Amino acid sequence: MLHRSLPCFLALFAALAFLGLAAPACAASDADLAAAVAKLGEPGFSEKLEAIETLATLGDTRAVPALQALTDGNLYLRDADNLLVVATEGDPDYRLSDPLTGAALGSAGFAELSRVIANNRLRSAIHTALAKLQIGDPDPTRRLAAAQEIARDNAPETAALLSEVLEHETNAGVRAAIAISLAKINLSSELPAERLAALKKLSDTLTLEVRTLLAPLTSANSDGSFAEPDPTVRKEASLLVSRIDRRLVLQDLALNLFQGISLGSVLLLAAVGLAITFGVMGVINMAHGEMIMLGAYTAFCVQEAFRMWLPESVFGLYLIVSIPAAFVVAGLVGIALERGIIRFLYGRPLETLLATWGISLILQQVVRSVFGAPNREVSNPAWMTGAFEPLPGMVLTWNRISIILFALAVLVAIGLLMRFTSYGLQMRAVTQNRPMAAAMGIPSGWVDALTFGLGSGIAGVAGVALSQVGNVSPNLGQTYIVDSFMVVVFGGVGSLWGVLAGAMSLGIVNKILEPYAGAMLGKILVLVLLILFIQKRPRGLFALRGRAAEA
Amino acid sequence: MTRLFRIQSKAGWAAFVVIFGIALVAVPWLNLMIPVDSPYHLPDYMVSLLGKYLCYALLALSLDLVWGYAGALSLGHGAFFALGGYCMGMHLMRQIGTRGVYGNADLPDFMVFLNWKELPWYWFGFDHFAFAMVMVVLVPGVLAFVFGWFAFRSRITGVYFSIITQAMLFAFMLAFFRNEMGFGGNNGLTDFKDLLGYDLHDQSTRVGLYVASVVLLACGFLIGRFISSSKLGRVLVAIRDAESRVRFLGYSVTNAKLFAFTISAVLAGLAGALYVPQVGIINPSEFSPANSIEVAVWVAVGGRGTLFGAILGAFAINGAKSYFTGAAPEIWLFFLGALFIGVTLLMPKGILGLASGLAARLKRPPAATPQQETALVAGREHA
Repeated sequence: MLHRSLPCFLALFAALAFLGLAAPACAASDADLAAAVAKLGEPGFSEKLEAIETLATLGDTRAVPALQALTDGNLYLRDADNLLVVATEGDPDYRLSDPLTGAALGSAGFAELSRVIANNRLRSAIHTALAKLQIGDPDPTRRLAAAQEIARDNAPETAALLSEVLEHETNAGVRAAIAISLAKINLSSELPAERLAALKKLSDTLTLEVRTLLAPLTSANSDGSFAEPDPTVRKEASLLVSRIDRRLVLQDLALNLFQGISLGSVLLLAAVGLAITFGVMGVINMAHGEMIMLGAYTAFCVQEAFRMWLPESVFGLYLIVSIPAAFVVAGLVGIALERGIIRFLYGRPLETLLATWGISLILQQVVRSVFGAPNREVSNPAWMTGAFEPLPGMVLTWNRISIILFALAVLVAIGLLMRFTSYGLQMRAVTQNRPMAAAMGIPSGWVDALTFGLGSGIAGVAGVALSQVGNVSPNLGQTYIVDSFMVVVFGGVGSLWGVLAGAMSLGIVNKILEPYAGAMLGKILVLVLLILFIQKRPRGLFALRGRAAEA
Repeated sequence: MTRLFRIQSKAGWAAFVVIFGIALVAVPWLNLMIPVDSPYHLPDYMVSLLGKYLCYALLALSLDLVWGYAGALSLGHGAFFALGGYCMGMHLMRQIGTRGVYGNADLPDFMVFLNWKELPWYWFGFDHFAFAMVMVVLVPGVLAFVFGWFAFRSRITGVYFSIITQAMLFAFMLAFFRNEMGFGGNNGLTDFKDLLGYDLHDQSTRVGLYVASVVLLACGFLIGRFISSSKLGRVLVAIRDAESRVRFLGYSVTNAKLFAFTISAVLAGLAGALYVPQVGIINPSEFSPANSIEVAVWVAVGGRGTLFGAILGAFAINGAKSYFTGAAPEIWLFFLGALFIGVTLLMPKGILGLASGLAARLKRPPAATPQQETALVAGREHA
């Protein structure tokens, strides 16, 4: 640590010269430090300022509490012996401690102390000094704050300090902040070579902040002269700006893609249950959205139950518990509906559509009567809040990431269920050829009921997921029903791959169009494109072929 | 001319004349001629309400034409209704002139509010009543023609057709909610003053609009009867029951369906155009998918494929709605939902089917119950 040892050496020489003693380096520094701290108690502001600057140059972090105490107004002189102390309010007297070592010095009444007064000039000097001292702090967030503080001052003499720190810094975020601060200082240098060097140093921090820093260098003033007189520096700067622009475009694209996939997985969750009931039974379930809503309200109920009866520490688990709960609730409602109403309407798809619409109206009104019309709040558990930032400026929130993973997990689970269980086999048989499956002894009625229950249960699970990213209200289902139908129609009926492809492409196209066309126009465009697409492939992307397609 | 008389039986004509005659004469008479303090006086609001129901009835009738006869359940008929309404609304907006809040003769209030400087091109011509009326017919008609051509050409049938019509409706709703579209955004068009120089707040104008609605509904009914009793009507019914077979027999399924769909959209647009001056507002909520599905249940309750059933259903359900939303609003959705389920499960032929079934049973011993008949129809649809 050159910047620390250099004053140490100077102090050593000073000590040798004045005292003629071969004291250890740091002891000399200790003396200096103690002297400078003591000087903070001087009555004049200019002396205090001098002391602060000395402390900053000494670069010893032990001076931090004293400086902090001075800005906070906690630094006092004890009237009895004129000793500088840090006093914290106690009961009834103030507790005193040494500003340098922190050692307790007993207590004193307020009358026995006189405060060391700071003015605004001192405070700003302390601020800078603290930043310089804290840049070596082990805590990266403090280092970051310190680096930003230094950059704000834009003082050339801190450049050496910063470049020193930069060499040892390992944390990427702090590195970037320091690099920017350093470059900012160096860019205002008189020498073109130094400015060029500063630009070179910036070449691995391609962020928006750097761009705003560099943009003035590349532009011309109103009189045609350039803000940056040196052409090589200008060229380098504009090169860097264009690199940053390319990077930002890519980053935007990646962010849109992520949001698209996130929207796609929401659609996937909402539509996959619909695809199952539609695919297997040919039933258009307009009440599917209400199954999603029931799932979301189940999550709300489970959350309230956890709040009421279980300790705070396990509250985060409520979401895990509500997934099976929502599956069971929505699934049972689904089975009841199938047995009670829908099975009488097989072979009459349009009537089924109307009857299920009626069911959806009733379910909405039931929920509105029980829970009330206003939105209910389902909170994110602690482990789902916050965000993940793989690159500076690219923020991916944890709840979105969890939904993507969860949607894929649900899809895989359904795929395994369809592929490897006997129930899945029966279901596929009924999908392909109902009379033949029945002739083979498959109880097609029960397969229908279970399938409807499965589809509804998955909708309920989707509701739990949706409660984490949106409002929970009686109209929740209505917002997703048209989109889910679009996904199913686009992807093709009864194919899980179709649903995956449909949901993801609709989600991504939606989000990619959004910045150019606005949210609503983007959605309208997607709907129009979809209507045109159906012209070409009336049975969706992944249409069933063979006899099943004719049914 | 004789062809026109043969579109329905003598009894049918008699019922037609009696029902529409009463609607045409009795209501204005009870409202305008009977003094206000008499118990037989029809209150003013009832006239507007009945006028509104008549427009709904025409909308239901238009849906019956495509669903009951051609078998294509359009869940997007609200779009044609609302587009007709918007055309009328635009004309009424232009009639406001300088009487708006901002007193701007060139621009409707909402455009002044949005800081627009000149009228968008698609508003030109709406100053003229005749032009607006042509648009009321053309806009829904052309939209239905283009959309239907795409849909029927690629043989989109059954629930797929229902879903894409709903998607179309949804797209329209989103579009009309945007302020930039120039149709008043969220608030729609309202604050109308007069139509053809008659003050819309005047009771005589309201009665006039009511009479126009009755006449239009009667015309719509006769057009529907004319089509359904023609050869084309029988082809449509055949398409409904066995589409592939009709195609194999050499009929153009696409053209027949397209014709029915377009005519139906025009009727829906006319209904919307008469609806707007009577309720005094048109906004994007008319495009909401829920409204259009509700129309299907009016038709189903009355009895589809009968035309008259659509009218009956529209009046019955809207009457119930007016009553329930006043008396017990939270019951209304339960009732409507139960109606959707009940009518599909228990009376697939609606009120008229139930009535004719009862009449047939009274006349002769039951040979085939309505349920068996529907099973037969359903079987054919499935084949």
